Amino acid sequence: MLSEGGSFMKGMILGGVFCLVVSLLNSYSPVTESRTDDHHHHHVKAASKDELKHFSGSQLKELENQVQVYCVIMVEPKVLVYWATTLDTWSKHCDKAAFYTSEASKALDAIDMNEKDDWTRLRKALKHAYENAGDMRWFFVAQPTTFAIIENLKYLVLTKDPDEPFYLGKAVKSGELEYVAYDSGIVLSYEALKRLVAVFQDEEKCPERGRALWKLSDDKQLAVCLKYTGVFAENGEDAHGKSLFNSKSVDALIKDSMNNNPNNVVEGCCPDLAVTFSGMSPNQMQVMMFGVYRLRPYGHDFHDFLTFYPPKGSDND
Amino acid sequence: MKALGSRFFFYAGFVVGTFTLYVFLRQMWFERTTPQGNNLGKMYEHQHEEEESLWKKDRSALFNLKHPHHIGEDSHLADELYRKVRILCWVMTGPKNLETKARHAKQTWSRHCNVVVFMSSVDDPDFPTVGLGTKEGRDQLYWKTIRAFHYAYEHHADEADWFLKADDDTYVIVDNLRWVLANHTPDEPIYFGRRFKPYTKQGYMSGGAGYVLSREALRRFVEGFKNKVCTHTTSVEDLAMGQCMEKVGVLAGDSRDTAHRETFHPFVPEQHLTAKFPKSFWYWSYCYYPISEGPKCCSDISVSFHYVDAAGMYLLEYYTYHLRAFGYKYRYQPPIPKGYGFEQLTSRNAAEGQDMTFQENDLKEGNNSSQDDQRQDADPPPAADKDPPAAPEGN
Repeated sequence: MLSEGGSFMKGMILGGVFCLVVSLLNSYSPVTESRTDDHHHHHVKAASKDELKHFSGSQLKELENQVQVYCVIMVEPKVLVYWATTLDTWSKHCDKAAFYTSEASKALDAIDMNEKDDWTRLRKALKHAYENAGDMRWFFVAQPTTFAIIENLKYLVLTKDPDEPFYLGKAVKSGELEYVAYDSGIVLSYEALKRLVAVFQDEEKCPERGRALWKLSDDKQLAVCLKYTGVFAENGEDAHGKSLFNSKSVDALIKDSMNNNPNNVVEGCCPDLAVTFSGMSPNQMQVMMFGVYRLRPYGHDFHDFLTFYPPKGSDND
Repeated sequence: MKALGSRFFFYAGFVVGTFTLYVFLRQMWFERTTPQGNNLGKMYEHQHEEEESLWKKDRSALFNLKHPHHIGEDSHLADELYRKVRILCWVMTGPKNLETKARHAKQTWSRHCNVVVFMSSVDDPDFPTVGLGTKEGRDQLYWKTIRAFHYAYEHHADEADWFLKADDDTYVIVDNLRWVLANHTPDEPIYFGRRFKPYTKQGYMSGGAGYVLSREALRRFVEGFKNKVCTHTTSVEDLAMGQCMEKVGVLAGDSRDTAHRETFHPFVPEQHLTAKFPKSFWYWSYCYYPISEGPKCCSDISVSFHYVDAAGMYLLEYYTYHLRAFGYKYRYQPPIPKGYGFEQLTSRNAAEGQDMTFQENDLKEGNNSSQDDQRQDADPPPAADKDPPAAPEGN
């Protein structure tokens, strides 16, 4: 008995060491590869001044009119107050805001997917969005606690061709898979969504009901399906490489910055043209609405080359 | 037989060990975000050094050497206002609050004042703070205020046109204060703040929301104490201030914007925007002008908020000076202040300045009409979990 137990222990230790060595070896090669890849494929920034020089004033106006965003907002009746707040705040700045719910609610109007499974519901919602896109070429997927500044999203993708596959947001790496985090918002170009809807038909590559044993989270599952179609996750960031898509609320990020950069809290925190924050409470969303679309210091102007007008019939922006 | 058994256990152990560590590593090691630019650290260091050279410490006051600027912005109008509407900000604080409150005011909004002085009961040459020679405590507030204004008058009367009092938990947007004041001159006997109505004929200004005196108003305040027209009537600082102002003929001004929205606020933005104050709350009977709840509570060019904690200061700084929607055309366009010659600066803006909001047909066509109708049935937002402080005398 003792010798068998001892052998078992020896085996375990050796197995652990073996695994460690193998993973260490593995981690070295992909890193050096991805470093060069990162530079070309994995980061998306807004058009720089140099790039913009190639466009005339009228061309930019054309682009401004064409960059239309269809917001796919996933809700459930149990988060009714978040749903109502999203309706009352940032979603008014989408060219089209569609709420996809798990089940109908008498209180709020939404497209009832009649589906409790999150992954299946997301698939159905994306398919519905694709079929009802009209002239819209950009799709933004949000969760109930996400707050998005659509104008900044438009600025980010302005010069990107929606007939190219774009899949961006806050890019996260998990082993070999790089995916866009769900809570900080997922951006898909028309071409990416087109390919996604096509691969939804393939039960082998992209099953509708996740296989029970290895059920991936929805955002990872999405990345896997897209990868089969040749679409890869990219990180949306500003000129300094700071992510524009945030998985935390602005309050949490400020508190982090107070700990990490006590002498430069605000600039060490978050970018000026951030696109999303997540984990925002309904009240925090109302405050952000005021902070983004109204509150400002008199006498400071940015002569931006784009103009976005406020929506009609709205009083909090 | 025994050897075979132990070899089997060895292999089993090997598999278990590999598997366990693989799962463990997957959780801890492989989850990571894509690497971000690491020249950010250097950039912040450089900015910190710049910060140190922003203030000139002189006679316990901080003189702003470089008005904070943003890359890519056109701030010529703000700069002009900075030169012509000079504001001395004094912050009411105390030794216990220097690190927990005053420091954050110093790092954020006070950088936009022309001069800032931190008033305490005790001298502190490092922060720096001025020692007013009082004790600390609620009952000392008016004594501190009297001495602080006297100090400002004696040491800085020539260096500023307007004199602002703020608490160490007040956040002030000084650029917007300049807009309010630019329609007046420092020779007028006038003061501005969040106007309250009880106990006085013309009303008085909330202490916590901050209030600002013209140079003439300050002169009359000091004169009033010399002639004993004004005395320490009560320790309720804002009320006592209001009583003195009334006695020396200083007018209580209307600080609202051209759309009649308040600019000085006695609470944090979240409460003004979302809270439904109960009708029995003192706030309803104190405000001089009609109260609006919801978005109309607060001007786009708000000047102050109160009960702002440390994180709140940085958050407001981020919302005011940093976070914005690219290319967004604001609904409310405040008119350019008359006098001081600002109109000549921006002849293009002068015409725009006349209409407060642009035309309806400029607005975006939204598919929102159906959603608007449904809003009536929505559950109301939950009441603010922090009850507004029940301050008895408007402080």
